[in-house]
Amino acid sequence: MNWELLATYGPRMLGGLVVTIELVTLSIVLGGMLALPIAFARMSRIAPLRWVSYAYVYAVRGTPLLAQTFLVYYGAGQFRPELQAIGLWWLFRDAFFCCVLTFTLNTAAYQAEIYRGAIRAVPRGQWEAAASLGLGRLAVLRHIILTQAFRIALRPLGNEIVLMIKGSSVAAIVTVFDLMGETRLAFSRSFDFQVYLWAAVLYLALVETLRRVIDIIERRMTRHIHPASSAPKTG
Amino acid sequence: MDLLRLLSFGPDGWGDDLLAGASLTIRLALATLPFGLALGLLVAFARRSQLKLVRGLGHAYATVFRGLPELLTIFIVYFGGQILLKDLAGLVAPGSQVEVNGFIAGMVALGVVFSAYASEVFLGAFGNMSRGQYEAAYALGLRRQTTFRLVIFPQLIRLALPGLANLWLALLKDTSLVSVIAIDDLLRMTGIAVRVTKEPFFFFGVACLIYLLMSMVSSIGIAAVERWSNRGVGRPA
Repeated sequence: MNWELLATYGPRMLGGLVVTIELVTLSIVLGGMLALPIAFARMSRIAPLRWVSYAYVYAVRGTPLLAQTFLVYYGAGQFRPELQAIGLWWLFRDAFFCCVLTFTLNTAAYQAEIYRGAIRAVPRGQWEAAASLGLGRLAVLRHIILTQAFRIALRPLGNEIVLMIKGSSVAAIVTVFDLMGETRLAFSRSFDFQVYLWAAVLYLALVETLRRVIDIIERRMTRHIHPASSAPKTG
Repeated sequence: MDLLRLLSFGPDGWGDDLLAGASLTIRLALATLPFGLALGLLVAFARRSQLKLVRGLGHAYATVFRGLPELLTIFIVYFGGQILLKDLAGLVAPGSQVEVNGFIAGMVALGVVFSAYASEVFLGAFGNMSRGQYEAAYALGLRRQTTFRLVIFPQLIRLALPGLANLWLALLKDTSLVSVIAIDDLLRMTGIAVRVTKEPFFFFGVACLIYLLMSMVSSIGIAAVERWSNRGVGRPA
């Protein structure tokens, strides 16, 4: 353990960890908002909607995140005059924004598949029972289907967030100083291999914390299903 | 500027360079696969071991390499390998210079990540194997190793195949990360083309399409392998 090195680069790397968390949180939340409409389009009765959303999901899932990031970040530079004309160039000039945009579009495709699977996993009888109570389609969806679907989606969603945390490290390659970016900077200045191991510990801590939190949320959301584990045994 | 001419083969086109990059990407993925599968099976065995220590080590391995960003694993293997090799070479012949081969470093790093996920898939497949298979093989007088080779393993592959297919598709995409340690894979060759031609949107778009094409061809191949591995399974009446 090199304490001098830790004093120099430790705080910067913690700052990088914060940037990583910001990057992932923004992308996951924005991507989630985009994912629900895509999921519904995938299940739509209108064929062209189904085709377009399928093509989108397929294309995003079939290409590497790094290539997508390059396409947005370097590709935007080519449309500088056009972007300046509509007053959006200041956004696309910023690597952090380009990464959030790419990651959002990327996770939207993955999350859409998760939500689609979860909605379809809710038994048909739930729709029928709700309809027979005289609830409208939207009310059924909001109060009955989505609430149950979210419980099914929670675990895959947790996996997707972990994948996003890991994937967000490619932001370092397009000059964002996230945890990976700070680590690379520290290594290029100190040539001490230790910094990579510190980064590994920080990433593992982040992923492990998230896993625990998901476990707790899941236990709270399913406590009506497994009451036996907490209730005292009788008879 | 005629964009299609940029993709032509020959001195002023980038078609041949992109193709060379794509071929390296495919070779890297294909070289990683057997290594990752073997290591993954080994880790799965470790995680099923009766020895607590071995079980713990296998579990730690899988947890660590599924939690680390692939990019970080690549850096750790590449730079860590360099230091390790230098120390080893220093012991054998002091003062000698060694370079870590980027292809090997990429293969090891991607293989380690692949094996961590594959061990999870194999573990699930082991769990789905019924005890009766072991008992029947035992009743036939087969030894433990013969049982595994002839009875368990072929069924294990069939059960693990869907999971492994997903891992292959992920591996194909993860190869793009080795471009950062100076390996001339598809993405790096594309980057070189962009620097010369100043057409980033077009070239990175083409790279994405090539990756997409590789995934599509893989999916067709996977479907064929799945049909083949299910050939002996009777459909329920």
